Amino acid sequence: MMTTGPLTAMFCLLRRELILAGRRVSDVLTTLFFFVIIVSLFPLGVSPESETLRTIAPGVVWVAALLASMLALARLFDEDYRDGSLEQMLLAPQPLALLVLGKVLAHWLLTGAPLVLISPLLGLQFGLSAADLKVLVIALLLGTPSLSLIGSIGAALTLGLRGGGVLVSLLILPLYVPVLIFGAGAVEAAASGLGADAHISLLAAILIIAFCCVPWVTAAALRISLD
Amino acid sequence: MALNLFKLSSPASFYPFAGRLIPWFVVLTVLLTVAGLYLGFVVAPTDYKQGEAYRIMFVHVPAAWMSMFIYVVMAVYAGLALVMNTRLSTMMATALAPTGAMFTFIALWTGAFWGKPMWGAWWVWDARLTSELILLFLYIGYMSLYAAIDDPRRAARASGLLVLVGVVNVPVIYFSVKWWNTLHQGASVSFGQAPEMAATMLMAMLIMSLAFWMYTIAIVLMRVRCEILERERQSEWVQEAIARERGNG
Repeated sequence: MMTTGPLTAMFCLLRRELILAGRRVSDVLTTLFFFVIIVSLFPLGVSPESETLRTIAPGVVWVAALLASMLALARLFDEDYRDGSLEQMLLAPQPLALLVLGKVLAHWLLTGAPLVLISPLLGLQFGLSAADLKVLVIALLLGTPSLSLIGSIGAALTLGLRGGGVLVSLLILPLYVPVLIFGAGAVEAAASGLGADAHISLLAAILIIAFCCVPWVTAAALRISLD
Repeated sequence: MALNLFKLSSPASFYPFAGRLIPWFVVLTVLLTVAGLYLGFVVAPTDYKQGEAYRIMFVHVPAAWMSMFIYVVMAVYAGLALVMNTRLSTMMATALAPTGAMFTFIALWTGAFWGKPMWGAWWVWDARLTSELILLFLYIGYMSLYAAIDDPRRAARASGLLVLVGVVNVPVIYFSVKWWNTLHQGASVSFGQAPEMAATMLMAMLIMSLAFWMYTIAIVLMRVRCEILERERQSEWVQEAIARERGNG
């Protein structure tokens, strides 16, 4: 019998996740609407004045994206853990890190990518200019995969624990700080005419490093949790 | 006396060894603290710019140093634990965390007390303050993860992995916060250069950091001893030790 190649296995897993999510679209929409609602609360809470809104817009969108992506982490491994398929992945001949990468990729496509797509609309509500909107989308496009990757470590470490959701926020939010700073900073820098290139490059650097290292760490964390 | 390190890495032989060391470190802590505080608060001259308020530095700076060192030491122990699978190193990492969190808190608290008379604000979003605050969050995350897992072996390994991830992130966080801060031009105070310090001031600060080191070692050894008893309570030597203690008491 031929074993499935590692990459094929990864894409199979990705496809499975997408099909599963397609059968239950409401899960995807919940995260998206959570993001939209959080962002919409800020004008109500702070001030409807357009000048203020324009200044806080990047930070608000980014903090909401952080929270939404963190909230969705609970679903990353939990179901597979409960029905036992996660254990099968650990026993699979393919490297666990690649399977993890497949799962994280699916997670990003289902929770991160919708946020990126809807963010220009929210940016418009906050009065950002077209050029700033472009930077916002690019920054989110580079930043949200990093959030999913870094978050997967926390999700794996807190697997099956009491109050795992709150705990994940304690573990992961401090690690999100650099992404938040460069992500929100990119839009601010573009708005103030400094140019966002440096921030975008740094976000890309974080993504590349996370892409290479995090799957291994998450795989190790899964092995510890399922020991 | 030749110290056999491999023998010491077993909890059964480390337990009595640590018990013998603790009194020495306690004595050193007391002596050094008294000497450091005397030098800092009585001998050291009044600063011509900051007046008497600067003296909080003798607690603040060593505490800030310790808060960062302890995190690195924890990471070293956690790494040892993951690579060599030694029980004692996981216990050391766990025992260090509360002390590290405490020093971080002290550094932030005394920083606020120093900041008020100096810059008229309890808190500014300076790069150092912000990264110290995030360091406190990292400590708290570590301790809550450890506390949330019932199985001590899984708890130690999971939180060890978290510390290793954290220690890679600490420089990234520091530099990102620093760049964010310079971009904002928020705080009007720069601590860029250390001011010229009188020799007594430097001396007092060094002695205080040594005192904090000794305190950390003493308290961590005490905590490790409790941890050893708790985790090895089923083993024969712990039963014997407890029986001996009861016999004496």
